Amino acid sequence: MSIKTYRESIIEAMILEMKRDEKVFVIGEDISGGRGCGDYEGEAAGGPMGLTQGLWDEFGAKRVIDTPISETAIMGAAAGAALSGLRPIAELMFSDFFGVCFDQIYNQAAKFRFMYGEQGATPLVIRTMIGAGIGCGPQHSQSPYSIFANIPGLKVVTPSNPYDAKGLLIASIRDNDPVMFCEHKALLGMEGEVPDDAYEVPLGKGKIIKEGNDITIVAIGQMVGITQSCVSKFEEKGISAEIIDPRSLSPFDEEIVYDSVEKTGRLLVIDESNPVCSFGSWITSMVSDEVFSSLKAPTRVLTPPHCPVPAAPNLEAAYLPDLDRIVEATDYLANYS
Amino acid sequence: MQLSRDKLLDAYTRMKKIRVFEETMRDEFAKGTVPAFIHLYIGQEAIATGICIELTDQDTISSTHRGHGHCIAKNSNLEKMTMEIFCRADGLCGGKGGSMHIADLSVGMLGANAIVGANAPIAVGAALKQRVLGEDLVSVAFIGDGASNQGAVFESMNLASVLKLPVLFVFENNGYAEFTGIDYHCGGGDIAGRAEGFGMPSYKLDGSDFFAVQEAAAEAVDRARKGEGPSAIECIAKRWYGHFEGDPQHYRTKEELETIRRDFDPLTIFRQKVEEAGLVDSKDLNLIDEDLLSQVTAAVEKAKNSPLPNVEELTTNVYEKGSY
Repeated sequence: MSIKTYRESIIEAMILEMKRDEKVFVIGEDISGGRGCGDYEGEAAGGPMGLTQGLWDEFGAKRVIDTPISETAIMGAAAGAALSGLRPIAELMFSDFFGVCFDQIYNQAAKFRFMYGEQGATPLVIRTMIGAGIGCGPQHSQSPYSIFANIPGLKVVTPSNPYDAKGLLIASIRDNDPVMFCEHKALLGMEGEVPDDAYEVPLGKGKIIKEGNDITIVAIGQMVGITQSCVSKFEEKGISAEIIDPRSLSPFDEEIVYDSVEKTGRLLVIDESNPVCSFGSWITSMVSDEVFSSLKAPTRVLTPPHCPVPAAPNLEAAYLPDLDRIVEATDYLANYS
Repeated sequence: MQLSRDKLLDAYTRMKKIRVFEETMRDEFAKGTVPAFIHLYIGQEAIATGICIELTDQDTISSTHRGHGHCIAKNSNLEKMTMEIFCRADGLCGGKGGSMHIADLSVGMLGANAIVGANAPIAVGAALKQRVLGEDLVSVAFIGDGASNQGAVFESMNLASVLKLPVLFVFENNGYAEFTGIDYHCGGGDIAGRAEGFGMPSYKLDGSDFFAVQEAAAEAVDRARKGEGPSAIECIAKRWYGHFEGDPQHYRTKEELETIRRDFDPLTIFRQKVEEAGLVDSKDLNLIDEDLLSQVTAAVEKAKNSPLPNVEELTTNVYEKGSY
């Protein structure tokens, strides 16, 4: 056990799995960097955000495969490699780029098992960066995990801390279905206690971050930490909130949410998606269907407004759910009668 | 022409099987017994066969919406394939894929694909096994002239070239992208030339001539196995029928259809060549014809009399069992 960042945890998970299984390889743009630059032979970048640093030195060009900027070919090659028995980790540098390659993800990789009648598995991990908060603007800041979770055949995970990042990535690499591994760019430097050995955080298992009795708050990705920072404000108002991190959106741990709502009778979801058809709205819909009689108040989903992510720092700050809005919504629902 | 007699008989059998199968499918579709859309491969038999005869079961192909011929040429199980086209429970894909999504991974047929051009990157991915694991493997993408305009195909050619992967990009230029002619849809009109622009050797040849295709395939496969990277083969082909069965083909003349069926029949051309060279006796080929007709008829009858999938199967095979 040692203190590691979210970024270091992701790199460590890949190194451990690549050592364990020769079929695991990484493919993406500039994952080493420096290829084709005269006589340069080292690792120039290890990914634009440093998420593949050290892999090149450890495993070399056969298993750390730098590509041209061709997301369709990368995703499709990864899908084809997985169908052929390899276990690719493909990097989609920013999740916003899914717009240029989604056919290979949702029409191909996600459907192989079904449309080919279980003839082959598709053990593919697509690591992709989500999220607002560091000024990347409209085309590098989105959180399209609700769109991914809408697709049958895809699994979707959203680690909120270094421990889960490592354990979920190892579980995703060992999984036999395509997984969209959504890394939040604002969390890359976050530190936490992380075991040095390999371990799995199982897909489809949520976690109670803090127990409470008055209201259930389900927070996704970056929103988990922001919600945790609200706890002292909740306590000042005499509210005992139970905070749940689902960790995995597809499969989704419905039971952990139902059990909590049966106890608290109130539900707030904090979600960085666009509001229309957000994953949060699916959670509230499931809760209404399954544990309606336990509810003492309407359910609510707190998301950004229905607009692209802005570049200006003051607009971006206003875009994301923040402490004030979370406390206000929690207070409203906790006192609703 | 230095092929063994066995290989020649094998080639004829694969081509003729495609022809008989597709003619039977045409008739069944007209009777309304086929539950899904079908796109016939008739006229292009020499291409799938000329390529696949140079491949092993470990080599892979990725196919198109017009995939029956590729399945047969790659030696898919005829009965299970027929059942899949009839969407039956015991079909290759359990009836969930149908004609446009048929696959047989046991012989390296990685799937027909109903998204035009989308199979090209998948073939590149299969070829990565050579780089990652050092496996002896060649991967083929069959691509229509219509698909040759897709970005996915360009990206795939570039990636395969950059990574020097063992891929054959086989362009089946039958002159039509659905209902649109190549003179309209293909800028520059030279598909092989485009491939050359990505730095790979390319061929442009008569796709009605098995021997032309096979010879190019043998060279390209050899290069790929040696780690010398991808090649492109543009086969000028003739599509005897419509884009899909039921297409009235208002955009083609009777004369065109008569001419291609008279002058560009891959089976007639093959027979003429081997018989004139005295390599195979026409009697032997006639025997193959009779045998195939009864095989195909039996497969179709069996498929029609086999059950559709259970409704309980609707939501199975989405994820690995027990993992969701």
